[in-house]
Amino acid sequence: MHSNSSSPKASWALKAAALGTLLFLHVPMWIIFLYTFTPDERTFTFPLPGFTTKWFGIAFQREDLWRALSLSFKVAAIATLAALVLGTLAAAAVYRSKFFGREAISFLLVLPIALPGIVTGIALRTAIGGLDIPFSFWTIVIGHATFCVVVVYNNVLARFRRMHGSQIEASMDLGANSFQTFRYVVLPNLATALLAGGMLAFALSFDEVIVTTFTAGQQSTLPIWIFSQLSRPRDRPVTNVVATFVILLTFLPIFFAQKLSAQSSDTEGESK
Amino acid sequence: MLTRISTFFHQHPRLVLFLLLGPPMIYMTVVYLGSLFMLLVNSFYSIDDFTGMVIREFTLKTYAQLFTPANREIFVRTASMAAAVTFVDALIAFPLAYYIAKFASPRLKTWLLIAVTIPLWSSYLVRVYAWKLILAKEGILSWFINLLHLDGVLEWLLSFEAIGGSSLALSPIGMFIVFVYIWLPYMILPIQTSLERVPGSLLEASSDLGAKPFQTFRNVILPLAFPGVVAGSIFTFSLTLGDFIVPLVLGNSKFFIGQAVYSYQGTAGNIPLAAAMTMGPVLIMIIYLLVARRLGAFDAL
Amino acid sequence: MTNPSTPAIRFDQVSRYFGEVKAVDHVDLEIRDGEFFSMLGPSGSGKTTCLRMIAGFDKPTSGHIHLYGQDVSNLPPYERDVNTVFQDYALFPHMNVGDNIAYGLMIRKVPKSERTKRVNEMLELVKLSGYAGRKPSQLSGGQRQRVALARALINHPKVLLLDEPLGALDLKLRQQMQVELKSIQKRVGITFIFVTHDQEEALTMSDRIAVFNEGKIEQVGTPAEIYERPASTFVAGFVGTSNLIVGELAKRITGSDQTFSVRPEKIHLRAVGDKIDGNMISVDGVVRDVVYLGLYTRYLVQIDEGNDLVVIEQNLKTTSMDVLSVRGQKVRLQWHKDHISRVGG
Repeated sequence: MHSNSSSPKASWALKAAALGTLLFLHVPMWIIFLYTFTPDERTFTFPLPGFTTKWFGIAFQREDLWRALSLSFKVAAIATLAALVLGTLAAAAVYRSKFFGREAISFLLVLPIALPGIVTGIALRTAIGGLDIPFSFWTIVIGHATFCVVVVYNNVLARFRRMHGSQIEASMDLGANSFQTFRYVVLPNLATALLAGGMLAFALSFDEVIVTTFTAGQQSTLPIWIFSQLSRPRDRPVTNVVATFVILLTFLPIFFAQKLSAQSSDTEGESK
Repeated sequence: MLTRISTFFHQHPRLVLFLLLGPPMIYMTVVYLGSLFMLLVNSFYSIDDFTGMVIREFTLKTYAQLFTPANREIFVRTASMAAAVTFVDALIAFPLAYYIAKFASPRLKTWLLIAVTIPLWSSYLVRVYAWKLILAKEGILSWFINLLHLDGVLEWLLSFEAIGGSSLALSPIGMFIVFVYIWLPYMILPIQTSLERVPGSLLEASSDLGAKPFQTFRNVILPLAFPGVVAGSIFTFSLTLGDFIVPLVLGNSKFFIGQAVYSYQGTAGNIPLAAAMTMGPVLIMIIYLLVARRLGAFDAL
Repeated sequence: MTNPSTPAIRFDQVSRYFGEVKAVDHVDLEIRDGEFFSMLGPSGSGKTTCLRMIAGFDKPTSGHIHLYGQDVSNLPPYERDVNTVFQDYALFPHMNVGDNIAYGLMIRKVPKSERTKRVNEMLELVKLSGYAGRKPSQLSGGQRQRVALARALINHPKVLLLDEPLGALDLKLRQQMQVELKSIQKRVGITFIFVTHDQEEALTMSDRIAVFNEGKIEQVGTPAEIYERPASTFVAGFVGTSNLIVGELAKRITGSDQTFSVRPEKIHLRAVGDKIDGNMISVDGVVRDVVYLGLYTRYLVQIDEGNDLVVIEQNLKTTSMDVLSVRGQKVRLQWHKDHISRVGG
């Protein structure tokens, strides 16, 4: 390391190790893509014994998959919506006023993802069982919302804190009431944070399985469908297709959410 | 009209606070804390051995069951796995985190961070599934090991009672690899954050004072990155502790905590025992968090 | 029209406590219609809290604030005919300059064509014609400042509040903006209330100044009054440099043991034994320190009675060599009787 150069060069060993870690993180997911084309139905033989694209068509016609997919979509949509509302409210409350127990609120919201998922799952299961509530669409949604709120909350609160100076006061000073201030000043400032938080919450809910196992009863979301295939494989080729589909489906929102947060912190730096 | 409502709110700031805070707090308190409370209460109930019905009376009997040799073994097995996973994750996360924090150009850094974050958010199940393919007896890893003529070594490893099994896909070694893979991003990001805060001038000062790169690394970088390692370990440890998917998919008959909880509540229908069993990880995590706070890990989150 | 004798702003025993801290403590104040009024004081003296209470961002713990006779103490900001120029400008980053300036009119549902017309007038007033389409992030600090000013003035408020608006600008730009602000105020005829901790700024621009200290007003007066006749030792010390004359020396000069002040630039440095004029006060001492500052030189003189006095003399003929050679010498200080004033009198 040369102390006179402003950007030191990494040694080749460090570079190799970093690259190795990066490949370890990503290569396994590519392997699933590969397997969607295997003609082998019963094993995961490598090298692939041939090449076929028939599984896409077969997977496409599976009724149970479509049902699971649509259930997952509906659950994720409603849980995200609830998380957007609850998370934004909590963030606004914590941002705008100092009150006793502010720390406790952050703590309470982060608890569902800080504790092992099985704790949340079994707790909800106990409550559902103890109160004789029948398993339904809503038991899944309620479970998902508990851990989605914190994602929105964190994104929105961070944006509130980065919001430039006294914009809210300026707006009210210029004659806008609280509702107008929210619409013309707060919402445009929060827009990308809400979008990013919403997409992450959606992704989180869309492939959640641990809590869902305890709150779904006999219903099957897409992750539960995959889980059942993992423990007792029946439709390996179809599972490969579904897994690929899930990767692609979650990749885009996550990618854009990350880009969105990275960008907004960049522009923040420029305008300072 | 809206202005009048707005003015009313303005004159009653506490009401606004209440309205903002009310919905999320009521939701979290009733649904989440309420459930946790019921979990706690249930752990003090017991189950009637004959009827299989829950007896709603306070007892410590269920907790006593946790100390049977079989259950004790489950706790030790799970905690050892969590510790091993945490250690190895820290080891392999460090170079990448160090590279991102101190050597990557700003542009490359953005991309690398996205590359680390995407696996963190993308489907957990699919990532487990990927390893099912890789570790399968006839799969890609075995093929590769054969290619290198190391199959003897693999068989030798799998022959060990504690870590082995019929194939990688059904053994503690396999589980270990998958856990390391799944939770790795949770270790990289906190280490990177804490390394980011080590000012470059400090490294220069150290080498200026005659330290060799390795000495700088040992005496300056490592101690400063330690809070990040502890912060990351909170995730890797807690997540391994509570996971039941990986043991179910890749494990054998030797249970892990999550698996035990899952089967007690499911097939056995013994919610009190499942609840009491869950208090194990909760307690371990509370102790872990208290220690971690001492070590300054929360600044690196 | 409002009655010209009604004050623009009247504080009636206004207090604002934050827990134990008395940010503003029983303040009475009247600000006249159309004047350029400055609130001067160190940070934490309560001046900004007063401004925020006028704007409506904060409410008095007790007491009342009147805006042209109307009690506005409990009204939200949007129901007061008052606008603010913020210290950090608080421009909306997601709107361009034109939309920022038109914000108040947009809220009041002024038709689009009228809005455009008035925005252009305002841009002309603050010398930013042609900038309507830019984003705030593309402007310099001085330009953002002007946009903030235009955004407030377009609403024709009864009172314009300025919260240390020049603080972030460099010296040259600040001096230029001081002159411009003053001329804009004259042209629009609106009451300006200007908060600053910079005494020079307050003295240059204001019709009247209120000096704040620890939540109370120490003195209200014209710049000349504040400077020449400080009402308290705090004012004497905060506004310009001041020599306080107390104890033995005060007794000998004035026959009273109260506190008096004399400004350093009013004192003349003479040789010991110089003739004493009947209207002049004269004391002897030793020069302890000399600081050559180019335009002028600052001397620290220890008086025989024990006080230290600061003397400032312009370097009209002297060079640095001349002034520095005075160090350690005995000198006689003289000033005119009229230039000593009793503090608090």
